[in-house]
Amino acid sequence: MRNGGVIRVAGVSSPVRSRVLRDAVGLGLAVGLYGAAFGAAAVAAGLDVWQASAMSLLMFTGASQFALVGVLGAGGSALAAVGSALLLGTRNTVYGVRLVQLLPTRGILRRLGSAHWVIDETTALSIAAPDRALARLAFLAGGASIFVVWNATTVLGALGAGALGGPAQAALDAVVPAAFLALLWPRLQRAFPEAAVQRRVAVGGAVVALALTPFVPPGVQVIAAVVAVALAGRPRRTAVAP
Amino acid sequence: MSGTALWATVIAGSLGCYLLKLAGLSVPATWVEQPWVARVVDFVPAALLAALVAVQAVTSGHELVVDGQLAGLAVAAVALALRAPFIVVLLLAGAAGALAHVVTG
Repeated sequence: MRNGGVIRVAGVSSPVRSRVLRDAVGLGLAVGLYGAAFGAAAVAAGLDVWQASAMSLLMFTGASQFALVGVLGAGGSALAAVGSALLLGTRNTVYGVRLVQLLPTRGILRRLGSAHWVIDETTALSIAAPDRALARLAFLAGGASIFVVWNATTVLGALGAGALGGPAQAALDAVVPAAFLALLWPRLQRAFPEAAVQRRVAVGGAVVALALTPFVPPGVQVIAAVVAVALAGRPRRTAVAP
Repeated sequence: MSGTALWATVIAGSLGCYLLKLAGLSVPATWVEQPWVARVVDFVPAALLAALVAVQAVTSGHELVVDGQLAGLAVAAVALALRAPFIVVLLLAGAAGALAHVVTG
């Protein structure tokens, strides 16, 4: 670890503080591209700029947002679209359980506010921080920068996509599955926990979805693909030990 | 889908996702920390995202269709394997999709 020495004397912690802030802001800028891709995908699926923006403001969890517009874009029903967004949103419930000790959750208003920013990125930032105060700082700084950039780039992506036509529209259509693949990709890499099992589940999910496509209403096959989770098998004993 | 129905979908999905986040900060940890709950939640994204990739790339309604989207996806996979940045992956996929559209008319 590059800054290990600095962390160990973190009582003073100003270098650590600035590194936490830098990481938080950096991550905010990095998700901006995904925000633009989401805005474009939302418009391609038939949402208007206001609806795309409302999703980034109110839903504010990328994979669920992509899933909702992806299912609508495939001709799926509202129920199938909301269902797949909720299935992907269950991750955030687990994150919340991990973060509850670290975050400002005393008092109903703080809890309601903190909850909105519990996502992949803020969880990663908070858990990586060396102590509780810095975890809170990482959560707030990361949440704020991601929220601002994500919403701004959603508008830009939606406006940009709305102005396209012809071959540019075909380009946009090809960008949407590529964006899903980019969201999936890190989970299949060797560094990810149980990557081989993740790959098996991913292949299973794709096969189930394609096999059901001719027979079920559009979008339902995406939700049905969740049965592929069974391919993961039982929880590992070692992972259960406290 | 009408504008009103789209708004209802957006609001219902957003409210549901928010309540899932809030639940994590509110319910007793033991409810969520069951080994099999953790197992399912760990693997739901892989199953659903892969299903979305497949459905977006090769289906249209009830049909399986091979077109520019599959070309774009193949190019994206190569770019990701070469560790290209996200923006490059999307631009290449878009270019492949547009090219396929022009070539196939």
